[in-house]
Amino acid sequence: MRAVGRSVPRIEDPALLVGKGRYVDDIALPGTLHAAFVRSASAHARIAAIDTAAAAGMPGVHAVLTAADLRPVLRSLRLPLGASPTSSENSSTPFVLNGHEAAYVGEPIALVVADTRYEAEDAAGAVFVDYEPLPVVADARRAVEAGTPAVRTELASNLLNRMMVAFGDVDEAFAKATHVVADELWQHRGCGHPLEGRGVLAETRPDGGLCVWSSTQMPHDLFHTLAGMLGLDENCLRVVTPDVGGGFGPKYCIYPEELAVPAAALLLGRNVKWIEDRRENFLSAVQERDQYWSLEVATDGDGRILGMRGRLIHDQGAYAPKAVNLPYNSASAVTGPYVVPAFAVEVLIAHTNKVPVSSVRGAGYPQAAFAMERMIDLVAARLGIDRVAVRARNLIPPEKMPYTKPLKARSGAGIVYDSGDYPACQAEALAAAGWHDFPRRQAEALAQGRHLGIGIANAVKGTGRGPFESGVVRVAPSGRVSVFTGATAMGQGLATALAQICADELGVRPEEVGVIAGDTAFAQFGLGGFASRQLVTAGSSVHIAAKAVAAKAIRAASTMLDLPEAELELAGGEVRGRGGSNRGISLAEIATRLRGAPGYAFPAEIEPGLEASIQWKTDALAYANACHVAEVEVDIETGHVGVSHYIALHDSGRLINPMIVDGQIKGGIAHGIGNALYELMGYDEEGQPLTTTFADYLLVTAPELPRFETLYRETPSPINPLGAKGVGEAGTIPAAAAIISAVEDALRPFGVRISQTPVTPEFLFNLISKARAKQRAEREMPA
Amino acid sequence: MNARSIALTVNGRPVNGTADVRTTLADFLRHSLRLTGTHLGCEHGVCGACTVLVDGASVRSCLMLAVQAEGAHVRTIEGLAGPDGELHPLQTAFRDKHGLQCGFCTPGMLMTLVEFLEENPDPAEAEIRDAISGNICRCTGYESIVAAALQAAAEIRERRR
Repeated sequence: MRAVGRSVPRIEDPALLVGKGRYVDDIALPGTLHAAFVRSASAHARIAAIDTAAAAGMPGVHAVLTAADLRPVLRSLRLPLGASPTSSENSSTPFVLNGHEAAYVGEPIALVVADTRYEAEDAAGAVFVDYEPLPVVADARRAVEAGTPAVRTELASNLLNRMMVAFGDVDEAFAKATHVVADELWQHRGCGHPLEGRGVLAETRPDGGLCVWSSTQMPHDLFHTLAGMLGLDENCLRVVTPDVGGGFGPKYCIYPEELAVPAAALLLGRNVKWIEDRRENFLSAVQERDQYWSLEVATDGDGRILGMRGRLIHDQGAYAPKAVNLPYNSASAVTGPYVVPAFAVEVLIAHTNKVPVSSVRGAGYPQAAFAMERMIDLVAARLGIDRVAVRARNLIPPEKMPYTKPLKARSGAGIVYDSGDYPACQAEALAAAGWHDFPRRQAEALAQGRHLGIGIANAVKGTGRGPFESGVVRVAPSGRVSVFTGATAMGQGLATALAQICADELGVRPEEVGVIAGDTAFAQFGLGGFASRQLVTAGSSVHIAAKAVAAKAIRAASTMLDLPEAELELAGGEVRGRGGSNRGISLAEIATRLRGAPGYAFPAEIEPGLEASIQWKTDALAYANACHVAEVEVDIETGHVGVSHYIALHDSGRLINPMIVDGQIKGGIAHGIGNALYELMGYDEEGQPLTTTFADYLLVTAPELPRFETLYRETPSPINPLGAKGVGEAGTIPAAAAIISAVEDALRPFGVRISQTPVTPEFLFNLISKARAKQRAEREMPA
Repeated sequence: MNARSIALTVNGRPVNGTADVRTTLADFLRHSLRLTGTHLGCEHGVCGACTVLVDGASVRSCLMLAVQAEGAHVRTIEGLAGPDGELHPLQTAFRDKHGLQCGFCTPGMLMTLVEFLEENPDPAEAEIRDAISGNICRCTGYESIVAAALQAAAEIRERRR
């Protein structure tokens, strides 16, 4: 029985279920020292002095290292731009350690290395930093106003970048519009918060090099960054991704700590480990935080969209560790699954004195979906047309697939939606949700004083970003089948999915395939885990590589058995004659033969080794789509929102493991619900973080969630050999938009408009109170 | 260092060790005993990843000092399967129902549910959701964990019959 398409149990689970996972802090090397960072307490200050004397004399302390101390082993104190083709620094890339001017609370200033983590943390608290306060800019909108002080004194402007994302003739669209609706939206997405924080272990090697374990989504990027920054011979460096306790975006960046810890190991000639605590994660792991949108939509009399225009101010935080693809994603993805003939959004990327911003699950797409879906609801309300009818009129019809959006992806390739039937998806989701029956249920509930609401949101997500991912399939002389890839497992079940793909081609079972992902000693090339890309890219490479290994095994067996290839088949781990021939030869025997033996004949016209290495390349994205319908109940006395029903329909192409897909989708929805109702990374006006524990920053827990009803359509993507589309982020993208649409619907009796995430009980309570007061005043007004 | 000798029982085996008085039980288990199955997600008692059983009751091992466990019976994820390696019904159910993704919250979820199902082997879905309300999972959306708990409860009831 083939494994692909079935919910086979995960090969990751047996170790994880008995406490035998191996996350970075579980790796114990002899003689390891432990690091703790001294972090800025000020959001913006000149650092006048750093006094390390007291700390250096404390028990167990081996070294207190500042930027000046690390400088001799670093090519530069400044990190290169991450995930970029040039690997060069610029005036917005972060510092490994900052000894001159802190630009956010949490910025690493110094590093203490001690015998234990306890002692390192004690000493870190004893390092005295003399801060001379500088003006703080905590709001992205203020950051770009004329006359606002610089977030860092080295900057001429807080405006990191300004770009237009535009197509069509917007002025003409608005000139001929029957209706124009406008709104201001604030979108906040908080932090990534994998349950395991970041962590780095650097082992010094006898050859003067390093082996570095890091809880990262980007081992190869880290490898090249370390080699360049530390001037290490690439042959003396290895980066290993151990088990990773969740990624969700923040581990897509290369961090100062990932340079500082290996640099300290080289300086001290000792193994050094740093394990982030949660407070540090709040203070220094990238966040996605705030976007401020102003949008206008022009429609004809029937709610057909003629054009959209507006502006987006994106809070970038103090530095930009990577190219600013996130706000570009947001702006370029706004039109989503809809036909929008003309579009012009200006994007302003503003530095603030806050933690740097990069991707969290969804990477700008959830904001795009929220902006679009909220504006469509507004069009529906203003024009008095049903919300789903406005959507149906504007969705890209299936006959227009593949559909080209007149925009370019970051690679420069066109944005081409490869496949899918968006109107059919919406219709199916609405039917499953009982949408057309809802007004009756809503009216009945309202008669009892209960406020129910229903909301809808559609979304698309480009998945499987290239340019490639590596896939090596090898059969060892023991018969062991292994997959090696530069793709990185962060807990999604990548190993299982790749094992399924490989197993089918080699006629073995998935649990017989070992997968090593994200270890630079085993995969020479790799890009890593981001953009819902790995199943599509690594999966395609493994698929092609496994096919090549199967073909080679049959070719070799043909020589060894003296039978024509056409009469041979691969099954049960051996090549045997078709039609029940009892002549067979195991993959182990073939691999042993192809290993070669000194002086013995080698099968003619066959290359040594039973293996194949493929880097399947792509410029195109496979577009997954979704329609979510949420039902909520709002307690108008407290502002509490309960999510009562949730229907999610997804078309993620061909499903390799439906169980894993369902887990990704449901986890993604929970994240989106958190963004809609709970997650808020708060700062005061001085840039001081207000939420630095899980008691202040609320992650959704089990009682808040309903059972999710998930539905799947499988429109195979024509652009990759698996027909697959990514699923890691698709569940999150429409969720907040669907929830807020439902909350607004529940509050229809009060005529309120909601243009933000998250909506806390306090916010809703105030919104409702204000609306009720206004209604009372209107009632009492003499006619 | 202000170290004390401590004696306790971990997963049924007597343990004699030394711990600095400020060392948490979690760090003692993980780094002194090398039982790294117990994970630390927040180190401030909210996420529940470090949950272990101390004398049968669930405890946040990041908020308890190792010296406080003197004389106690501590049970961790490493002690959940039988001596022959047979998985606990919860472990089996987590695999069957995809109750874990990255696996980092899993030890705390399992130990919390072990205690809960011992007290309440026939729970309603809402009771399970309440029982794990002090355990954060960022991956699953909890539904598969709840389904796993229901499956394990049925198995536990079956075994008791």
